[in-house]
This record gives sequence, C-alpha cells and structure tokens, in this order.
Amino acid sequence: MAMFKDVLETVRMIEKERLDIRTITMGISLLDCIDSSGAKSRQKIYEKITRLAENLVKEGERIENELGIPIVNKRISVTPIALIAGSSDDLNYVEYAKTLDAAAATVGINFIGGFSALVPKGFTKGDRILIDSIPEALATTNCVCSSVNLGSSKAGINMDAVKRLGEVIKETAYLTRDADSIGCAKFVAFANAVEDNPFMAGAFHGVGEAESVLNVGVSGPGVVKRALEKAQDASFGEMAEIIKKTAFKITRAGHLVGTTVAERLNVPFGILDLSLAPTPEIGDSVARILEEMGLEHCGTHGTTAALAMLNDAVKKGGIMASTSVGGFSGAFIPVSEDEGMIEAVECGALTFDKLEAMTSVCSVGIDMVAIPGDTPASTISGILADEAAIGVINNKTTGVRIIPVYGKDVGDTAEFGGLLGRAPIMPVNKNDCSVFVNRGGQIPAPIHSFKN
Amino acid sequence: MRAVVTVIGKDRTGIIYNVSKILAENSVNIEDISQTVMHDFFTMIMLVDMTNMSVDFNILKAALEEVGETIGMSIRIQHEDLFNAMHTI
Repeated sequence: MAMFKDVLETVRMIEKERLDIRTITMGISLLDCIDSSGAKSRQKIYEKITRLAENLVKEGERIENELGIPIVNKRISVTPIALIAGSSDDLNYVEYAKTLDAAAATVGINFIGGFSALVPKGFTKGDRILIDSIPEALATTNCVCSSVNLGSSKAGINMDAVKRLGEVIKETAYLTRDADSIGCAKFVAFANAVEDNPFMAGAFHGVGEAESVLNVGVSGPGVVKRALEKAQDASFGEMAEIIKKTAFKITRAGHLVGTTVAERLNVPFGILDLSLAPTPEIGDSVARILEEMGLEHCGTHGTTAALAMLNDAVKKGGIMASTSVGGFSGAFIPVSEDEGMIEAVECGALTFDKLEAMTSVCSVGIDMVAIPGDTPASTISGILADEAAIGVINNKTTGVRIIPVYGKDVGDTAEFGGLLGRAPIMPVNKNDCSVFVNRGGQIPAPIHSFKN
Repeated sequence: MRAVVTVIGKDRTGIIYNVSKILAENSVNIEDISQTVMHDFFTMIMLVDMTNMSVDFNILKAALEEVGETIGMSIRIQHEDLFNAMHTI
C-alpha cells in the first residue's frame, strides 16, 4: 500500500488542486471509409465511429468512478476529412461535418476533431474544398473541430494557405456572430501539427496512426502551483526539480487511466499528452504558476524565461513517467481559458506581442485570443505567418486559435462559456501587412544547420 | 482487487464502526488501517480487499458516501492502482 502521506497527497491533488484527466480521446482512422460517393462515404463514417466509440463514454465514466479521478472530456479524433472526402465528387464538405456531429451526438462525446487538411506544401482538390467549407461547417455543427496544418520544418510555410485561412477565420467569425464568433474557437491553424494530439480543437488522427487508438491528455496546473507555493525560497534548480516530480505523478495517473480505458475498449493505448491545460476556474491557471515563481503579473519581463523552464521541466518529468508520451506535452497558454491570463490582459500586463514571444518556448501558440472584429483578414494572415515561422524555424508545433469577435472592440469582452471561458478583446498592430500576405507562394523550408 | 478507503473529517465517536459495518455487510475485507487525529481532524486510510465483494463497486461507493454524509465525514473509495501508479517507480 502506498504510504499514508502519499494517499493523502493524491486525495488532496484531486479534491483541492483540481487534478484531473483532461481528456480521453479515441483516434479513429477513416481511411477505409473513402468512397467515390459522398453519401456512401458519410454513411461508412457514421457507422464506423458509432461502432468503435460506442462504449467510450461508458467505460470512461466507469474508470472515473473506480479510480476516483475526474475524466473531464471524452472525445474522438478522426483522419483529416480532406483525405477522405477528396475522392468524392462533392463540391462542399459541410455534410461531412454534419455526419461527424451526428456521430458525436450518438456516442455522447463533446468534441470531435478532424475536419482538417494538411497543406504545408500545397493543396489537393480535397484540401481546397475542405478549407472553403470550414466557416459553414463550424457554424452549423456543435461538436466538430477543425484544423489546418499550413507549414512544417521540412516543407516551409504555404503562404497561399496562410492568406486563405485569414479570410476563413473572418468568415467563420461572421457566421457565428450571434455567439461572439465562437466558431473560431473550434479552429486551429498549425505549423508542424502533431498526429496524435488528444486536445481540441487541434486533434486529428494522423495517417501514420493505427486503426484506432486511445490517447490521453492530462492536466494539473493547480497541482504544480501548490507544489511551488510550498517552496518559497527555492532556487531555479530546486523549482525545476519540484515541477518534474509533480509532472511525474500526474503523468503516471494519466498513464494508468489511458492504459485501463484502452484495455477495456480493446484498442491499443496511443500516447499520453502531459500538458498543463488551464480552465477558467480559480486554481487551475498556468499564469498563476508563472506568478508563483515571482512575477507580479504574467506578461511582465521574465515571463518567457519562467514559461520556458516550466515547459521543459514538465516534459522531463512526464517522459520519465511514461514511455508513450506524445502530443504536445508542455504548457498551454489559452488566454480565455485561464483566469490568471485574463486578469493579466485586463490589467495591461500581458500584451499580444508578449504572448507571441511566449509561444516560442511553450507547447502551442496564440491560443484563444480575442481580437477586434474589424481586424482585416490580411492582419490575421500576418499573425498566422508569424506563428508558423516560430514553429517552422524552431522545429516545434505552433498553432493559432484566434477569434476576431464580430461587432466587438478593445475594451469589450467575449463570452464563450464553459471550458472556453471569456476573453478581453486584445488590440493588434494596426499597420497594414496585406502586400506581404498577398505575395502568395511558399516560404522555403529553413536550413537545419548553422543555428544561431 | 484492492481499494483504498479515505475518511477525512472532524473527529467523533463511531467513525471506524460505521465504515467497517458497511464494508463487512458487503463482504469487503479490511487488510490494513492507519489513522491519525490532528487538532480534532480525523484522517483514516484503509486498505481493503474486494475479491469476495457481494455488490457492485458503484453500490459500495454510494453506500460509503451515504454513511459519510450521515456522520459528517468525507469518505472516498478508490482502486489501489492509482496510488501505486503515482507514488511508486
């Protein structure tokens, strides 16, 4: 039996510090659902998802109960739909999104990811149709999440995609204007997208993956913050050690949940993504961890260094704890989903430019940031290009999930509700970048030597 | 299969009696108990064996939670695996 204090530590982590399994995400390959008839293909998709994931929610809840640790979300990721739908003659893929939505409703999950296209070096016919379908797909479905990979360290950045996605984000914002442009919260533009990420909105089931796998996303910013609170005078080395140990324990819990659920669903365990993913609840914030290290507010000078150390220590602890670590595994900094980030923005400590700098050292990118609704598409494309460049040059994943909130401006707040939280509208640079964005073509792949 | 029962709350008489009564009624064997009282705050951890358990895990869990509410304590039961995973290498 684990020692007395170990048992109490686990109980305290769950009850007081919001330790939870953020998501169990079942990855399902849809490659065998390809059909020259769109209708037939969609029927196969619906049948396959509802068959394989029939017991996902039930088993998830059972294990949640037995282990006494909350599993917040049960989700599904599928093969990028552009690859599946491309062989049909359909000129619009919104129906595919509706099929995914229906399958998600049937099995009782809250998000399904994979309305996606991979275009780092160019478009196929299917990619183009899918990208054009994104705004309507996100506006007419509830659970569907979409993503596009527009660059990679091997291929460079597809600037045609960057340009088009700026427009797509604006269109999505307009079509979901009645709900603070929430459609944009379900779309991510990636560079170096990972194929086994269990977190939304960017989850999809890569073509290199098995038929069906069970991936797990663990969280626990509150646990890390609490551990640091107890070590007020710790040096950086000591802080890193504390974070590593905490990350280790969290990862082990996630590994247990993942392998157990996978076994009961009779699918292979895929990966465990140990990412510190905040929620809008008090005590579940990544910003507060950085502040615990000694920053007055997240966003002040020193924030990037603090985040870099946190991110690295989380990875080191997680990798020791599970052989199947994958996905992003680091720290997320979604503004609207993090109570500390929201406050930092509202008091002026955290700016858009600082966020961009922070994304060069952590898991993802500009995430859940609300900007004025009248921001031009070309400016959004400029933001996408900047983030993609950070990812491509530094061999890391970066993403942009940005919401130009229709009808709102700096000083207003967008309310998304639930885990998506609320976002103060942040100002963006008003200088024009449309000539740059309109050039089109490909930013060549970067050199992988002579790194300075 | 073994589980860990955690009982936390303000100290009072009959805590062990009430918890072990539920366990005995459902053929759950107690293998180990450790407890401590600090500043009137009672904490008890039981390791129990559920091999011969006569009811479903969820029913036992609900029964323990119910008795917890009656005596004003927080009572949790969790599979032992979670603690072993998190605290042993």
